[in-house]
Amino acid sequence: MQGDTPLTQNTHRSERPAFNKEVFDLQITLCSEGSRLTAFLSGELDQFSAERARDELDAALSDGRITRIEFDLGGVTFMDSSGIGVILGRYRRMMERGGSMSVMNAKGGVERLLRLSGVYTLCTERSSK
Amino acid sequence: MKNTLRTSFLSISRNEALARGIAAQFVMLSDPTVEELSDIRTAVSEAVTNAIVHGYGYSQGEVKLDLEAEEGLITVVVEDFGRGIEDVELARRPFFTSAPESERAGLGFAVMEAFMDSVEIISSPGKGTRIIMKKRLSPNA
Ligand SMILES: Nc1ncnc2c1ncn2[C@@H]1O[C@H](COP(=O)(O)OP(=O)(O)O)[C@@H](O)[C@H]1O
Ligand SMILES: [Mg+2]
Repeated sequence: MQGDTPLTQNTHRSERPAFNKEVFDLQITLCSEGSRLTAFLSGELDQFSAERARDELDAALSDGRITRIEFDLGGVTFMDSSGIGVILGRYRRMMERGGSMSVMNAKGGVERLLRLSGVYTLCTERSSK
Repeated sequence: MKNTLRTSFLSISRNEALARGIAAQFVMLSDPTVEELSDIRTAVSEAVTNAIVHGYGYSQGEVKLDLEAEEGLITVVVEDFGRGIEDVELARRPFFTSAPESERAGLGFAVMEAFMDSVEIISSPGKGTRIIMKKRLSPNA
């Protein structure tokens, strides 16, 4: 009897709608090379995700040999002033140990926010030593 | 054509993304540029974050987000019924924050002002805060 065929025949009932994690959730990838830590961030950096960003970055920075932090914001799709707070906080930690910072690859609104907040004026190019 | 959307939600951090997403969807109906949409999304995030972290200080309360679009003029109202602001002029000052220990940058109002055409702060201590922001979208020729 055709009428008895369940409509959900081809989908598992426990299936969840796809949530685009790459776009929304903050992803943090840390690469350290000698005295330099590079933080690749992607997704959305707001007050909600800032706390985790801060914790993960500070765990990596507890290695006192690191004197330069580089933020690669190429994958960041949204950021507000909570993200500026995270960057400025890590900048202060670098300053305390005589280090330096750079912020790269920000696009669109993220780039405008960084300019507005003066973050770029705190950044230095990688020294060629 | 005029349009309005009124929403109310609990002051939990997770709702910051929800609120700016709702605002973005609403503004999309008025055919904004990518930059205008991004500006409004960021300003909404700042105001809603302030309501949650400063207004209620992580206790739970109601946050309202009211949106209006009329002839390319977007009006965003974010309201909380929390602590309120003692000195509004001081609060507006770039880099002023009452919570430096939690690494606030003190730039929320500066961002709202830079990204919107006007930002009005109506607040009374102990009663709450209402932020009214407006932005005119450029016409699509
Ligand atoms: N909704 C609010 N309720 C109570 N106080 C607020 C509210 N919004 C802002 N403030 C006050 O204004 C200050 C400046 O806000 P803002 O520019 O967003 O900086 P930040 O959030 O980084 O502190 C806050 O530190 C807080 O004291
Ligand atoms: Mg703020």
